Amino acid sequence: MANRSLQISAWALSGGIAVLVLGTALALAVQAKGVGLHPADWAALRFTLTQAALSTLLSCLLAVPVARALARCTFRGRRALILLMGAPFLLPVIVAVLGLLSLYGRNGLLNQTLQALGLPTVTIYGLHGVVLAHVFFNLPLATRMLLNGWHAIPAERFRLAQTLGLPSPFRHIEAPMLAAVLPGIALSIFLVCLTSFVVALTLGGGPAATTLELAIYQALRFDFDPGHAALLAGVQFAICAVAVSLAARFTLAEGLGLGLDRAPVGQKAHWVDAPVLALAALFLILPLVAVVADGAPAVLQLPALVWQAALRSAVMALVAAGLSVTAALILVQAKVAGAAWVEGAAMLPLATSGLVLGTGLFVLTRAFVRPESLALPVTVLVNALMALPFVFRVLLPQARDLHRTYDQLAQTLGLCGGARLRWLTLPRLARPLGLGAGLAAALSMGDLGVVALFAGQDQATLPLVVQRLSGAYRMDQAAAAALVLVLCSFALFALCDIGGRRAAP
Amino acid sequence: MKPFHLALAFVSLAPMAMAETPVLTVLTYDSFAADWGPGPAIAKGFEETCACKVAYVTAGDGAAVLSRLQMEGAGSAADIVLGLDTSLTETARATGLFAPLVAQAPNDLPVPFSDATFEPFDWGWFAFVYDNTKLTMPPKSFQELAASDLKILIQDPRSSTPGLGLVMWVKAAYGDQSAQVWQDLADNIVTVTPSWDAAYGLFLKGEADMVLSYTTSPAYHLIAEKDPTKSAATFDEGHYMQIEVAGKLASSKHQALADQFLAYLASDAAQSVIPTTNWMYPAKTPATGLPVGFETLIKPEKSLLLSSVDAEESRKAAVEEWQTVLSK
Repeated sequence: MANRSLQISAWALSGGIAVLVLGTALALAVQAKGVGLHPADWAALRFTLTQAALSTLLSCLLAVPVARALARCTFRGRRALILLMGAPFLLPVIVAVLGLLSLYGRNGLLNQTLQALGLPTVTIYGLHGVVLAHVFFNLPLATRMLLNGWHAIPAERFRLAQTLGLPSPFRHIEAPMLAAVLPGIALSIFLVCLTSFVVALTLGGGPAATTLELAIYQALRFDFDPGHAALLAGVQFAICAVAVSLAARFTLAEGLGLGLDRAPVGQKAHWVDAPVLALAALFLILPLVAVVADGAPAVLQLPALVWQAALRSAVMALVAAGLSVTAALILVQAKVAGAAWVEGAAMLPLATSGLVLGTGLFVLTRAFVRPESLALPVTVLVNALMALPFVFRVLLPQARDLHRTYDQLAQTLGLCGGARLRWLTLPRLARPLGLGAGLAAALSMGDLGVVALFAGQDQATLPLVVQRLSGAYRMDQAAAAALVLVLCSFALFALCDIGGRRAAP
Repeated sequence: MKPFHLALAFVSLAPMAMAETPVLTVLTYDSFAADWGPGPAIAKGFEETCACKVAYVTAGDGAAVLSRLQMEGAGSAADIVLGLDTSLTETARATGLFAPLVAQAPNDLPVPFSDATFEPFDWGWFAFVYDNTKLTMPPKSFQELAASDLKILIQDPRSSTPGLGLVMWVKAAYGDQSAQVWQDLADNIVTVTPSWDAAYGLFLKGEADMVLSYTTSPAYHLIAEKDPTKSAATFDEGHYMQIEVAGKLASSKHQALADQFLAYLASDAAQSVIPTTNWMYPAKTPATGLPVGFETLIKPEKSLLLSSVDAEESRKAAVEEWQTVLSK
């Protein structure tokens, strides 16, 4: 009975997602004047795939040693470091770019140091700069997701490995966990990088660094060719579909079995852990310091509307997080109960272009209501939708374990419905639920996306205010408002993440 | 009166009150309607004369305003569209959504400008802005710039109106030779940003010697920040202009009110708001003159501007040329 209602809700949700994501693209496609990709589109496709693949590969490769070091080291500030790992991913793109440039730019710390030492300077602009920025964004996310995987390995396994005198637990315990978790993480990162365009263009150094998303932007803005935008969005969907099926193919089922929830012990720190963590922390924290240093001076001179927008954004972010987590929990349970297709639906929003989604919604709704009256609800809905793939990804590995280890027991006990949710699912998934809610809230807080298309004068969200300030020469205030945004995002993230960890058994 | 009757009275009065104060909806770009932009003061000034309310509906920039209008078509709730520039006006005219102006206000533009559909409300010259404490001998032409080691930041013409303005500038100045100019400039370009504010932000961070902006940009730093260190470089080829216009939609239910608004927009009261809010030149210099500080700005002797028809015709090819040359 409970299973049936779960199935129905999962179907309904997937249908809703598909209608929103594909329907909006379709709304533009019907306006097509002609079909066919331009030569420039093929160049954009090639660059898009190259940068996304490189960024994914590097983020994942680097995340493994960092997560491993975090999993087996205990030191002062470890929790703070893990928490801070959430921050880069949550930065508004242009803020992060400016932060990175404080370090690696032509006038950045690195080049100033090189100059002082009489060494030749380096340039960040180019494919390597794009990849560097994407690794900065995604390495922490990958690390957090991997760390959850490490935490989910029952302590008994490591003890057993010790007892059996296995030379290294990697091959028998950690490698299978990685095989189960990494493809999904790689998929998320790949899809995030797929739709990047501000980073790609700004750090790419020129129009050779054109991504599909920029081509979509151009098609909608200057050429006003919605059909072409829809076609390009279609190409992005196709890439997404291929990526989802590849990831599913390479994801190995994990079988470490049931643990007794003992505190993780038995793993000794390795000498490489300390330098790995130090380097990762420097790489992630220095640009954040630059963001704080840029923004701090003007914070107290911010106009009142910044604080109003911050409050509005925070409330919207929490609502979006609630929606997103609820939807992800339903989908993830349907998925572990055997409905494989759910994963495609959950990952679909990552493939869509925010601009196509927003424009499509605008076209579809404007016949019925004034766009301004929908600005806030549509923004919340779209933010919840865009965060869903991440929340789903964060929940999936542990939900899979939970199902495998407790499903039979729960069925034997007749534990189902609300009781099962309350006594089994929620407490057992508290950690990823907290992380997922934190990610969703912070992503929504920082998202500019569709609100710019809909918002009237008095409905500005904080990211929109940041954009408006910097569009009017007020770069100092924009930097300060961006800092407020980052702090709000981070506070929401920390609140949910710590809450989840506290609630975990 | 019983509460019920009171409620009834309100219900019957409310539509009457609404009918008495019509709302004039102006579709414009974000920074025009922003608290620090010209929008609020112009709305307030006009409301004092019209017994109406002005409501702004906003899109990101001029190009976003046009694409929003194209999406809305004849069903647009807007009465006035404000903030297109001359590289967009032909596309806008071709939609057939605009009504002709009832009166063409006189203007002080440096080039003759007359349009039966669109009223200019402000304008500016594109220029490369630099820090005069770091760069004492700025280049005097695109060729000098290309021959120098100076680094510049520009915007992408596919997503930004100033970026498009630069492509038109090079086209207007060099015609068939424009590809060569871009070829020569390639090694000076640090990067291309999607929007004006990203390039300008990078410039203020010291990422390049010069940034594509307007001759009026130094006025912001001088007047609002008391910072005299920014200047714009004069180029011998002349400077391309951006003229921003407003027009009335044929579908508007408030035709007379829209005409009144356009008349107000051309008046001294509205035009004197423009310089220190939009940081552009007013289309008609107000009787009181320009604010103190504007006299320090460079005044290019030669203004370049493709007619809106020529701009529309050459835009696609010029952008493709830019992309091809710089993608190598």
